[in-house]
Amino acid sequence: MLDVRDVTVRFGERTVLDRVSLNVADGEVVALLGPSGSGKSTLLRVIAGLLVPDGGSVWVDGIDVSAVPAHRRQIGMVFQDEQLFPHLTVAANVGFGLRMQGRPKGEIASRVAELLDLVGLPSLADRHVTKLSGGEAKRVALARSLAPQPRVLLLDEPLTGLDRDLHDRLAADLATLLRATGTTALLVTHDPDEAATIADRTVRWSPGLAS
Amino acid sequence: MRRTVVGGALAALLLLAACGDDSGSTATSTSAEPADITMVVYDSFPTEGTPLNDALAAFTADTGIGVNLVVAGDAGTMVTKAVLTAGNPEGDVMWGVDNTLLSAATDGRVFEGDPTPVDDGDVCVNYDIAWFTDHGINPPLTLADLIDPAYKDLLVVENPATSSPGLAFLLATVAAQGEGGWQDYWRALRANGVAVEDSWTTAYYERFSGAGGGSSGGDRPLVVSYASSPPAEVVYADPPRDDAPTGVSLGTCFHQTEYAGVLRGTDHPAEAAQLVAFLTGVAFQQELPLTLFVNPVNPDVTLPDVYRQWAAVPTDPYTVDPAEIAANREQWQDEWTNIVLR
Amino acid sequence: MDEHRAALTGPNRLPRWLVPALAAAPVAVVATFFLWPVGTLLARVVRPGSVGDTLSIPGLGDVLWFTLWQAVVSTVLTLAVGFAPAALLARYRFPGRRAVLALVTVPFMLPTVVVGAAFLALLPDGLHGTATAVVVAHVFFNVAVVVRLVGAMWAVIPPDLPGAARTLGASPAQVLRHVLLPLLRPALVAAATVVFLFTFTSYGVVVLLGGAANPTLEVEIARRATQLGDVDGAAVLSVLQLVTLAGVVWWSSRAQRRAALQLGGGSVPLRRPRGRRERGLTVAVTTVTGALMAAPLAMLVLQSFRVGGRFTLNAWRRLGEPASSRPGSGLGVDPVASLGVSLRYALVATTIALVVGGLAAMAIASARRHGRLLDIGMMLPLGTSAVTLGLGLLITFDTVPYDWRGEWWMVPLGHALVATPFVVRAVLPVLRAVPDDQRAAAVTLGASPLRAWWWVDARQAWRPLLAGAGIAAAVSLGEFGATTFLTRSGRETVPIAIGRLLGRAGALPRAQAFALATILLVATAVVIALVDRPEVDRAGRS
Repeated sequence: MLDVRDVTVRFGERTVLDRVSLNVADGEVVALLGPSGSGKSTLLRVIAGLLVPDGGSVWVDGIDVSAVPAHRRQIGMVFQDEQLFPHLTVAANVGFGLRMQGRPKGEIASRVAELLDLVGLPSLADRHVTKLSGGEAKRVALARSLAPQPRVLLLDEPLTGLDRDLHDRLAADLATLLRATGTTALLVTHDPDEAATIADRTVRWSPGLAS
Repeated sequence: MRRTVVGGALAALLLLAACGDDSGSTATSTSAEPADITMVVYDSFPTEGTPLNDALAAFTADTGIGVNLVVAGDAGTMVTKAVLTAGNPEGDVMWGVDNTLLSAATDGRVFEGDPTPVDDGDVCVNYDIAWFTDHGINPPLTLADLIDPAYKDLLVVENPATSSPGLAFLLATVAAQGEGGWQDYWRALRANGVAVEDSWTTAYYERFSGAGGGSSGGDRPLVVSYASSPPAEVVYADPPRDDAPTGVSLGTCFHQTEYAGVLRGTDHPAEAAQLVAFLTGVAFQQELPLTLFVNPVNPDVTLPDVYRQWAAVPTDPYTVDPAEIAANREQWQDEWTNIVLR
Repeated sequence: MDEHRAALTGPNRLPRWLVPALAAAPVAVVATFFLWPVGTLLARVVRPGSVGDTLSIPGLGDVLWFTLWQAVVSTVLTLAVGFAPAALLARYRFPGRRAVLALVTVPFMLPTVVVGAAFLALLPDGLHGTATAVVVAHVFFNVAVVVRLVGAMWAVIPPDLPGAARTLGASPAQVLRHVLLPLLRPALVAAATVVFLFTFTSYGVVVLLGGAANPTLEVEIARRATQLGDVDGAAVLSVLQLVTLAGVVWWSSRAQRRAALQLGGGSVPLRRPRGRRERGLTVAVTTVTGALMAAPLAMLVLQSFRVGGRFTLNAWRRLGEPASSRPGSGLGVDPVASLGVSLRYALVATTIALVVGGLAAMAIASARRHGRLLDIGMMLPLGTSAVTLGLGLLITFDTVPYDWRGEWWMVPLGHALVATPFVVRAVLPVLRAVPDDQRAAAVTLGASPLRAWWWVDARQAWRPLLAGAGIAAAVSLGEFGATTFLTRSGRETVPIAIGRLLGRAGALPRAQAFALATILLVATAVVIALVDRPEVDRAGRS
């Protein structure tokens, strides 16, 4: 499904990713486990198409998407610090991807309601995103990236910064949600427990990776 | 603490500035010692470094009366300010009110007594000699020539609403064609492709092909300027040259006279009158041609060669009575705007 | 912006006298040298019925219409042209970045008479005296405002925010429309307001380039007062102008507040462009912007080497001596001395503007509701016709011991009035961005609220003050409009000397005017380079 081949990224003199390869099967949830600052986020940005690598390629369903711009890759991403659009409401954030596709208003509204239900926030549709708690913001970010039904979902430390209780609850919810929607996902985390809870398979971060 | 210091410093700065440099006009003279006086001038009057200023210094040396110059803006601004401050003037003497502004000044009771003529000059169409030679055409001589199709698209004039030579040229046409006839003349001029600029600087330097010995790349060989522009072209030529690159169409001229006078409300009427007398004397008058490029009014002055040779002297320039100018100027300008610009 | 100041309340509140103490000097200066003189002029010249008379001047409708539409078109185009370089300069680090930044900024600081003349030499003949020429020159002058204000805002938008939109399927155009533009809105509104203010009140550019058919309100005001002696009508029109602009400023400050968003996180560090697309875009935008901005400036420098149709160094070589070839003549313009005068005036004007503007910014930031009133009050001189202020000063300070007419310091004071709003704009955002927690932390560490304010707020103002000093100095160096309407004694400033050189026929004076303009250009560029540090970029945010 997702096939990362020999990706290399350099920032000036510093080589952040050195010929990294990775494989995720259809419907599989893979956790990439490693310490903070090791370049995991950079890899996710390359896969999403937000960062042009200095070498290597990204394949989805057997097609090289390296030259496809981010918005046509259908690869969703949940950012570590959510990156919710501060000028929009919760509902408008969740419906953003569908609006970009030009879907009719009614369809967007029902899909948004469905997703907010799914992440357990049915009553927050009209709330401003700057007024959300940490856990609520994470759920909204997840709902937003699931809405356009991406072929692959990338999750960049999606549960950091939450207290233990909430973290565990959300981790369980996330695992269920990904299964329920049959989403192919790549999760980046530094927490082995989190990886075990959410993922089908865990890959330890090491130079070159490969799996 | 620090703030108070800063605030105090500001106050002190303003106070200091207010007290220091307190010159001339306001201090009342109580002793027999002659007082320093202030002359209000327009902005092309040099405040230092020219023979004109040397002459003023000689006046001070002879009489003990120091002369401070304050620049009030262009001539129109200067008169506006003088009218606003009439009776409590900015200085003791004013230099340079021309006949287009004279009525405004006298109606505003700016002067003590009648102002004295100090210089005169003419606003005329100038032509680019080389251009007319190259094209084998004779330059125009009169206002009537300017509406001849032979001179189509050749003339650039200034807007009479914003430029003093522009106003002078409009007045020339009013004088020539009469109160009811100048409008048709300008319609014809417009049909003949006259170009209009807001300022003399733009018209002369950017549009006139003869400016600066042909350096500016202007597209029009005819411009409204001064009868004394040709000698200025010689004096400020580089490399130096002996002949003027531009000529004057003598039948297109409007005659301007500039006046100086004692300002009403001066604290030093005696010294001020002494200065005005000096301004019409030979010592000062002889420096006017090559500094302000105007004709001295004192008949005893010998004109410098370069000026006598190249400055044009129209025999019968147009003129309009100052009171008539004051009464009609705004209406003429508005009419002109409607005819030429709209 | 105000509610978070509630953090220091009750016994921890700042002393009540602080804001009045800070505001005292700025209020005194604005009241004394702006409100009083303008009020005096209005009271003196406006007769009953003159409002009606003035508003029925034939052609006034056309003047108002041209003033408005050219300002709107200029503003929209300036935003459009400045947008790409603003984004680029805020995001990327690349060779020549600072050069482009300086190149974009310099025209804003140059006197209009100089750049106007350079533009005249550059524009094709067909554009002389057209509204197009006015609009093009306005864009050239004001691009700096957009690059500064919008760039500063852009620098604090986290790059992942547009990135998130991309992963949701938004094309670059959609990202711009649905994410970036809404986020940049406060800065866009702020920039648009400043550009509108400048172009609505434009005088020099319009007179030089617009030709006779296109007068703005400001040109009409000057014509009434100086050519027709109709000070009454001029005063009425300048009130009309001031009221219009005050309305725009009020609307804008409301719109900015409504669109304000907490982005947090501070400036995103600059990075090198990556990949062929980013690099190509950088090169393209830099080249196009650089060329567009450099062309008139290059033309200006070139003109100083052109005398009588050939290239020569004579204008430069003879800069310090009389320009004429004949004894007995002289312009009374000493270019070298005028440079000294300009520098001295710039020093005085900058000092006044820094003290007044710095104190005002601190007062505005510390005050709550009344801060906005002071804020708008400090902006007013920018929207006031120079003629009105000049004539007002003339008839207000006319009695011993306050007979200050013709005093040399009136000129730098006039410069300072124009420069002060820029100092306020530079300092205020920095002060407003100081997190309350810092002040609260200082209080918990044993500082009194006043000492906490001093160590936390006041101490952080010095960097933007430095930026403000640079802007104020540049404004003073290039100021032409107000100076020409103030009565002045002693020597001339560089812009005035340039104006005088251009007012005389002859090849050499013209070239020397451009040589002097070149010197002014270099002086301005040096001032900008000295104060233009990254923190200055941020300081432009408002």
